[in-house]
Amino acid sequence: MTLTHMQSPPAKITRVLIANRGEIAVRVIGTLKKLGIETVLAVSTADRNSMGARLADRAICIGSARATDSYLLIGALIEAAKGTGAQAIHPGYGFLSERADFAKACETNGLIFIGPTAEQIERVGNKLEARLIAQQAKVPVVPGGQVDTLEAALQLAEKIGYPVLIKAVGGGGGRGLKRANSATDLSSLFDLASAEALAAFGDGRVYVECFVTQGRHIEVQVLGDGKNVIHLGDRDCSVQRRYQKVIEEAPAPNLPDSMRRELYAAAIRFSKHIAYRSLGTIEFLVDVQRQSFYFLEMNARIQVEHPVTELITGLDLVAEQIDIANGKSLRLQQSDVQQNGHAIECRLNAEDTDNDFSPAPGKITHAYFPAGAGLRIDTHIESGAVISPFYDSMIGKLIAKADTRDDARRMLESALSEVRLDGIKTNIALHRDVLATPEFINGGVDTGFLGRYLAERTAQRTSK
Amino acid sequence: MSLSHEDVVRIIQILDSSHFDELNLEAEGVKLSIRRNGAGEAVAKEKAASATPHLKVTESTAPQIATQTVIYPSAHGASGLIDIRAPMLGVFYGAPKPGAEPFISTGATVDKDTVIGIIEVMKLMNSVSARVQGIVVETLVNDGEMVEYDQVLARVRPA
Repeated sequence: MTLTHMQSPPAKITRVLIANRGEIAVRVIGTLKKLGIETVLAVSTADRNSMGARLADRAICIGSARATDSYLLIGALIEAAKGTGAQAIHPGYGFLSERADFAKACETNGLIFIGPTAEQIERVGNKLEARLIAQQAKVPVVPGGQVDTLEAALQLAEKIGYPVLIKAVGGGGGRGLKRANSATDLSSLFDLASAEALAAFGDGRVYVECFVTQGRHIEVQVLGDGKNVIHLGDRDCSVQRRYQKVIEEAPAPNLPDSMRRELYAAAIRFSKHIAYRSLGTIEFLVDVQRQSFYFLEMNARIQVEHPVTELITGLDLVAEQIDIANGKSLRLQQSDVQQNGHAIECRLNAEDTDNDFSPAPGKITHAYFPAGAGLRIDTHIESGAVISPFYDSMIGKLIAKADTRDDARRMLESALSEVRLDGIKTNIALHRDVLATPEFINGGVDTGFLGRYLAERTAQRTSK
Repeated sequence: MSLSHEDVVRIIQILDSSHFDELNLEAEGVKLSIRRNGAGEAVAKEKAASATPHLKVTESTAPQIATQTVIYPSAHGASGLIDIRAPMLGVFYGAPKPGAEPFISTGATVDKDTVIGIIEVMKLMNSVSARVQGIVVETLVNDGEMVEYDQVLARVRPA
């Protein structure tokens, strides 16, 4: 990773408190050091001896191990920043990163929150509000609407195209859902769905929505300064297990250029509509069969998978965040952003893939990650480190970048075979298997791919 | 007494070549616990301070010992004193208001409910009680200083 900008230290921010832990804390400290900014890491008692605590200029203990008693304590973090003379707080991802009240507390205490405004976090964090913003910005949302009669339902379904989903307006959590593959299905199910909805929720109104049988999760990285917004390309995060991303890559493979351009334009329209400031991600569901896409949500923070974007654009996204947080305008124009090659990332977790992916915390007696041109490891783990039972099970992220997708994939496969993490169970073997499947090699799998693959794998094992 | 990184590496090497699983060393200002990998595993996991013959591991052990001596420079080890620690991070006040007599000073008698200071977090004042009965031997934090969670505020000789 090279930093081609920021020759001189930023104007305002000279010391930053990092309100996070694990690999992202180490990642953020890395960029701040390059920029000549002092780092204060807030740690819980469990993280006093973490890699981040050692790398930071100062580590300050904010509470006990449980996140609710440390990393989620707004008051302690604000006091820690003030008490150590930090002008800004970097929230990382997770924990308080998308809490409007935390951003607000920074604002009222004269601290710079390295992220969007509290109001923006609030607005995009509210699902209904976000859908409304999308509609106002002419960004497609999952098509559908409330219908009162079968007539109306048939008409709407005809417009959307089958299959459709019949949902109870008053329902939730998957209750009262019915799938109709044709007009005949819809006719026979409509009254039943309506009657069930009335019985279950006391409200017989139903909603007909497009059912995406084959969807890809594709997201667009955006960067705004409160006025202008540019995009930094796309990422495909379709390899998921129970909505948790497992493998991510940039750019999305086998995506028609026309759709890629439309996704970029939609992401920029959405962000501009709210005058977005800082780094953010617009997530879309791409409907493979209908060749269309819908807005899912916006993440108003840095993402776990940001390294794939950094590797193909040559940008340092944390440095861009700091630049904006210093009150500067975008230093890049859209035409300055070039994408080269292909990057793939595997999330390495301490988990037991043979036991329903249950977290497998413990001490890593020996850790080794291969290094080389095109390889990047973002981790907080070294020999002797402990994956604490108090937090997520992420060990780190292994990322490979090459000129072509196939080369990047092969490089990653070979690097995974060299990783050594003794003492705990990890998902490395699964990553190697998935990278070698014909579906992944072809590129462009849908979000159901990993679930199907795991089910098959389990079935094969039990039949043996 | 102090221990350098080299000292710790030596001690680990001696332990490693011995038939003992565990070593505890306490001297003025220093408390060192080393456990052979796997011995008393539950405790070892908690403390992360267990050691193995790998040099890499000893490297990650070293800063821990340093932290212990840096944060609590006047640790009295086996002297039988009890630490009163900060229950939260915030700004410490040793007196009820500016210019007033401090809550406690050296030689004062405290019981479990005696207020020894106030910690301010986001304009909320939280009183800190001694939670121990005895005589104050040492106060360690100045008025208006920020204290970390678990930082030693005072030391008490239990009665």
